[in-house]
Amino acid sequence: MSFNWRWDFTFEILPRLLWATLNTLMAAGVGYAIAVVLGLVLALAQRTGFRPLTQLAREFVEFIRSTPLVLQIFFVFYVGPQFGIRLSPWVSGMVAIGLHYSAYLSEVYRGGLESVPKGQWEACTALNMTSRQTYFRVIIPQALPPSLAGMGNYLVGILKDTPMLSVIGVAELMHTANAIGSESYRFLEPYTLVGIIFLAISLPTAGLIRLFEIWVRRKLGMR
Amino acid sequence: MEDMSEYPLELSGDNVPMVRFMNVTKSYGELVVLDKLDLDIAAGEMVTVIGPSGSGKTTVLRMLMTLETINGGVICVDGQPLTHMPKGGVLVPADARHLRKIRASIGMCFQHFNLFPHMTALQNCMEGPVQVLGLSKQAARERSEELLDLVGMIDKKDQHPSRLSGGQQQRVAIARALAMRPKVMLFDEVTSALDPEVIGEVTNVIRKLVSEHNLTMLMVTHQMGFARDISDRICFFFGGRIEEQGPPDELFANPQRDRTRQFLSAVKEAV
Ligand SMILES: Nc1ncnc2c1ncn2[C@@H]1O[C@H](COP(=O)(O)OP(=O)(O)O)[C@@H](O)[C@H]1O
Ligand SMILES: [Mg+2]
Repeated sequence: MSFNWRWDFTFEILPRLLWATLNTLMAAGVGYAIAVVLGLVLALAQRTGFRPLTQLAREFVEFIRSTPLVLQIFFVFYVGPQFGIRLSPWVSGMVAIGLHYSAYLSEVYRGGLESVPKGQWEACTALNMTSRQTYFRVIIPQALPPSLAGMGNYLVGILKDTPMLSVIGVAELMHTANAIGSESYRFLEPYTLVGIIFLAISLPTAGLIRLFEIWVRRKLGMR
Repeated sequence: MEDMSEYPLELSGDNVPMVRFMNVTKSYGELVVLDKLDLDIAAGEMVTVIGPSGSGKTTVLRMLMTLETINGGVICVDGQPLTHMPKGGVLVPADARHLRKIRASIGMCFQHFNLFPHMTALQNCMEGPVQVLGLSKQAARERSEELLDLVGMIDKKDQHPSRLSGGQQQRVAIARALAMRPKVMLFDEVTSALDPEVIGEVTNVIRKLVSEHNLTMLMVTHQMGFARDISDRICFFFGGRIEEQGPPDELFANPQRDRTRQFLSAVKEAV
């Protein structure tokens, strides 16, 4: 077995892979933004005490968490049109990944919200605050720091799941590496580069999240 | 179901109490915590509730703060029903809007302070006035600084609660509650979580409120000397009922009931 790494080929394909990296970041970023907001909606819906809504949110979360992401991606892209929802691979991908991670983030938020002591709610009632004021002024700011670690894990997670979007033809990193491989019959360099690029994004992201967490805690006067 | 037509839609006349519990019952499942409680507190009166652990003292305050729902009876504040509202000529359970309206007259301080940890002392005090009362930041700041000065915490106004001692946090909590200009203040064992040497700084603030402000107060405490000094009336709770009540000098010096005597002598020994 011969191991031959070709540097000329490496530099030839690098620009194409870096370009695809932007697509990967874009898919992960938009997907995450959807998940962050929708996850909060799901978490709050489960606390309303309005049974149908609570139940619906709960079922949705359970459904998402017990089926594979790749199935959800296929579903949005191929089954969506049957319901009149016709989305491009790109949009389908971001919607699917956003929905998927919203379920996981809602669980993170739920844990964070539950970590806020009961006395904080009672103080809000004693100050005659509305439930909206209670959530947005008092509870969510305190639920945030304990949620940040989990949120960070899923940010890295969503990044690592973007290759799944290649199954519906989104030109992210993995899809591009595959394309290079089938054109040139060389797989060593493109896949190695993909690994290095993921590593180069994931590691600093995890570190930055940790710093952000410390900063938020300090900003909120908590230790 | 209770027959609500027995209760007046509102209290009127010359001597409307600031707070009135009428026939109030509270239970948790099988456990009846308060049994048909009747209690009036006059405007400007300082009433202290004492009694053994589990006798329902905290529950009385929490019901008045609407932190607990009641299972029977009616509570009125300043003549208006709190737990109920008039509808079609009878009282029906209050909705959220009615609760918010009547609850505005009541403020509460808790055993564990419950300050907002992500806000400074000043921000804690300004939060209610700005968000709930709709005061301008400037007006809320002035009001809050005045009150922080009253409780001796103006020097620490920009500190977060985590940087303050228990006694300091409790004084900020008192200022925060007062900033809402309640007519009735509730204090639930506000010194119980404090180290002995800082209890005085909190009780002194309450003393000052009693002597300088015309607030109606309902307090639960184990500081018998303090209760005797500042209260107009002491209510001794036992098993979810008022076993005995009266002016502090009478109740402490000459308790009429065995249970009161036993409780007071047990407390005296513990000190
Ligand atoms: N949320 C609750 N669920 C069940 N029982 C409760 C609850 N809160 C209080 N109790 C019970 O109600 C009784 C009175 O409690 P409480 O008013 O806190 O007493 P106190 O303040 O006089 O010590 C106690 O027996 C207590 O165990
Ligand atoms: Mg108690």
